[in-house]
Amino acid sequence: MKKKTIFAYTSSILFLLFSMWLGVSNGSVDVPLSALWDSSTNPSLYNILWSIRMPRVLLAGLVGASLAIAGAAFQGLLKNPLADPYTLGVSSGASVGAVATIFFGISIPIIGSFTLPIFGMLGALLTLIFVLSFARLVDRSMKMETLILTGVIFSSFLGSCISLMIALTGQELREIMGWLLGSVSMRGWPYVTMIVPFVIVGSIILWLNRRELNAMMYGDERAQSLGVNVKRSKYAILAGGSMLTGAAVAVSGTIGFVGLVVPHMTRILWGADHRHLLTLSFLNGASLLIICDLISRTILAPAELPIGVITAFIGAPVFSYIFYKQRRSRG
Amino acid sequence: MLKANNISGGYDTTPILKNISFSVSKGKFLGILGPNGCGKSTLLKIISGLLKPTSGNVLIDEVDINKYTSRQLAQKMTVLPQLHTAAFSSTVRETVSIGRYPHQSGFFSSWSNEDEHSVMKAMEQTAVKKFEHTFIEYLSGGEKQRVFIAQALAQSSDLLLLDEPTNHLDIAHQKQILDMIRKEVTDNGLTVVSVFHDINLASLYCDELLLMEKGTVRAFGEPHEVLIEHQIKDVYEARISLQAHPEQPKPQMTILPDVKKEASEKKVLRDHIKIKEEYVELKLNFPLRVLSSAVHNAGLGWYSNFINRTVKADYNIDKVKEEFLQYLLDEGFSPTNTVGMMTAVDTKNAVIKQYNASFGDVFVIVTAGIGNAIDVSQAYKHEDSLHIGTINTWVVINGKLSDEAFVQAMMTATEAKTKALQQEKVYDFRSNSIATSTPTDSLLVAATQQGPLMQYGGPITDVGKVIGRGVFEATKEAIQIYRKGD
Repeated sequence: MKKKTIFAYTSSILFLLFSMWLGVSNGSVDVPLSALWDSSTNPSLYNILWSIRMPRVLLAGLVGASLAIAGAAFQGLLKNPLADPYTLGVSSGASVGAVATIFFGISIPIIGSFTLPIFGMLGALLTLIFVLSFARLVDRSMKMETLILTGVIFSSFLGSCISLMIALTGQELREIMGWLLGSVSMRGWPYVTMIVPFVIVGSIILWLNRRELNAMMYGDERAQSLGVNVKRSKYAILAGGSMLTGAAVAVSGTIGFVGLVVPHMTRILWGADHRHLLTLSFLNGASLLIICDLISRTILAPAELPIGVITAFIGAPVFSYIFYKQRRSRG
Repeated sequence: MLKANNISGGYDTTPILKNISFSVSKGKFLGILGPNGCGKSTLLKIISGLLKPTSGNVLIDEVDINKYTSRQLAQKMTVLPQLHTAAFSSTVRETVSIGRYPHQSGFFSSWSNEDEHSVMKAMEQTAVKKFEHTFIEYLSGGEKQRVFIAQALAQSSDLLLLDEPTNHLDIAHQKQILDMIRKEVTDNGLTVVSVFHDINLASLYCDELLLMEKGTVRAFGEPHEVLIEHQIKDVYEARISLQAHPEQPKPQMTILPDVKKEASEKKVLRDHIKIKEEYVELKLNFPLRVLSSAVHNAGLGWYSNFINRTVKADYNIDKVKEEFLQYLLDEGFSPTNTVGMMTAVDTKNAVIKQYNASFGDVFVIVTAGIGNAIDVSQAYKHEDSLHIGTINTWVVINGKLSDEAFVQAMMTATEAKTKALQQEKVYDFRSNSIATSTPTDSLLVAATQQGPLMQYGGPITDVGKVIGRGVFEATKEAIQIYRKGD
C-alpha cells in the first residue's frame, strides 16, 4: 500500500517531466536539451524555448492540472463519476464571464490583469450554484443523469449567450471559435502569471478537504457523524473547484473532458482515495494537457488544431464508457 | 450514557415527535420499534444531532450534544445510517479506515499506530480482514454491511446508533450481524441504539425496547414488558400472537393471517382410524393441533397423520429416531406431518372408543402392556433397566382447545389412566404396591380446533368429563385384553 503510493507519485512526476520535455523540444523546430541553460551557442533556440515553448507548456500544464483536480473534487463531492467542469456547464459559465470581460473591455483597476480570471471564476461559481440548485429542484437525490442533463441545458443556454455577445460586438468569428474550442497558443508569460495564484490557492483548498471528500463518499449523514463539517467542506470544495475552472477557462477557453478523463484513469490506476487522487490527478492532468497540446500543434503542422478537439476525441468515448458501465452495474 | 429529555421535533412543516424521553445506560442494547411513519428515523436523526429538536435535549455522558464540536461528538457517538455503496470503488481497508476520521487532525494528519490498531481490530471483530484488499463492490450484501459496521467500530466511540442494520439481508446474515453487535455490547461494553423493523429480532437481541406510536412513546422497558400482545396489536393494527422463544427468555411474535376459512368441514370420524398389521393409524386430510410425548414429532404442533407402531420385544432402541424416520418414509408417511409412537403390544389388542359430547365426538385409543408397571411414588427405589411394556393413549377431540385446556387434558387423561390401573389392581412387582403407569407411557391429545373455544380441560369441564371417562374405560379394557393374552 505504502509502496504503491510512492510508486504512484514517482511515476506521475516523472511522466510530467517527460511530457514537459517533449512539449518544449518538439515543434516546427526541434530544440535540444542544452538550450534550457545554454543561451550563447544558439540564442534563437534559447529564445524559442524560453519565450514561446516554455510558457505554452506551463500554461497547458496549469490548465490541465486545474481542470483535473477540479473534476476529481466535483466527482467526489457529487458522488458522480461523470461530473466535471465541462459536463456540469461550469466551463461555459466561466466562458461567459471571460468573454464578457474581453469583449466589453472590462478592467477593474485594483485587480488589473486578474480581472479576466476573476470574472471567469465568478461566472463559474454562479453557474455551478444555478446548476446544482436546479438539479436538486428536479430530483432531490440528484441522480447522475439529472445532473448531466442540467449541465447540458445550462451549457447550451450559456453558449447562446456567448454567441449573442459575439454577434453584437461584430468580431471575427474564426478567432472566437478557436477560443471557444480552447487553446493555449500565443499566450505567453503574462497568462502564466495570471493563472498561477489561483491554481495554487484553489488546489490547496481542495487538498485540505481530501479526507472530508473520502468521508462524504458514504453520504452526507455518515460524513457528519464522522465529525465532518459537511456544509463548510461543501462550500469550500465548490469555491475551490470554481476558482480553478474559472481561472483555467479565462486563459485557455473551454477545454472539455480533462476533468473527466484524468480522475477516471487515476482512479483505475491508483484507487479512489482522495488523499492521493487529488494530487495525482493534478500531476497527470498537467501531463495529459501538455501532450494533447503537443499533438494539436504537430499533427497537422504547420496548421494548428484547437486543443479542445483533441481532448474531446479522447474524452467523449471515455464519457460514453463510464456512462455505460455505471448504468449497467446498477442493473 | 445517552439520555433524551422531552424531545419534540421533526421537519419544518410537520412536527413528528412529541415529548419523547428515555435513557440508555452503558453496555445496553436498545431497540426502537414502531410501525412505518411513527417517527423512528426522525428520532434517530435527532439523537444523532443531524436534526435539531424544537424542544427538549439529548445528553451524552450528561452533556448536551450541542456542547460538543462535531469532531468530539464523532468520538463519543457513531451513527450508521442505511448505506448504499459509494459511487467509487474502494477496498475494504480503505472503507474501514474512513472510520478514523474524527481521530485525525492537523494539516498533514498522519496515520498513527492507534489508527492502524483500531482498523485492524474492527476488521477482525467483523471478520472482514480476509477481504482487506478486495474492492467492496465484489462483496455480498451481508459482507458489505459487515464492512460498514467495521467502519463504525473503527470510529472507537462508546455509543453506536444504527438504522435497521439487517435490512435486505437473509436470515443467516441477519443473525451473523446481530450476533456480532451483541458480542460487542456484552463483551466490550458498547452501547447500541438501533431502529428495528423486525419485532422478533429486536426482542431477541435487545436489552430494552422503545415502542413508538404516532410520534410518542407507547412503551419502554425490557422486551417482556413492551411486547405485550394487545399492545402490539394496537400499535401495529395487526393480529398477532406472542409465544416464548425455545432458547431465550424473550417473547416472539407470530402474525395471524386473516384468510378465509376453507369450506370443507374438518371432522374426525371413526372411519379415519384403522388397525393395520404393524400399526394403528389415524390419517386425515387436514392437520390437528397436537400435544404429545410421542417418539416422532413430540411436543406441540400441527399434524395430519398418527401411527402407533408395534415392534418386536427385541427392538433395538439405540437408534430409534433414525429407524423410525426411515420406517415412516418406507410406509409412505410424510415425516414432517406425522406423529409416531411405539409399543410392543399387538395392534389387534388396541382399544378404540368413541364418545358423543356436546361439542363433538371424542375418540380414545389405547394400547396397554403392563409387564413393567411401576408405582411412581416408589420408582426412586428401582435401579433396573427398562423392560418392554407401555401404555400408549391417544385422545382425539372434535373441538377447539386453548393451550391451557391442552395441558389440563393431558393431566386429566393421566389421572384417568392411573385410576384404571388401580381398579385393575396392576401391581409394581418390585415394591408390591399398586402401579400408576409404566416407565415409558406415551400420551397424545389432538384437537380439530373447530367450533367454540374451550378454555379449560380439567375433570369438571365438558371435555374433561369425556376424557376422564373415556381414558379410564379404554385403559381398563386394554389391560383386560392384555391379561387375557398372557
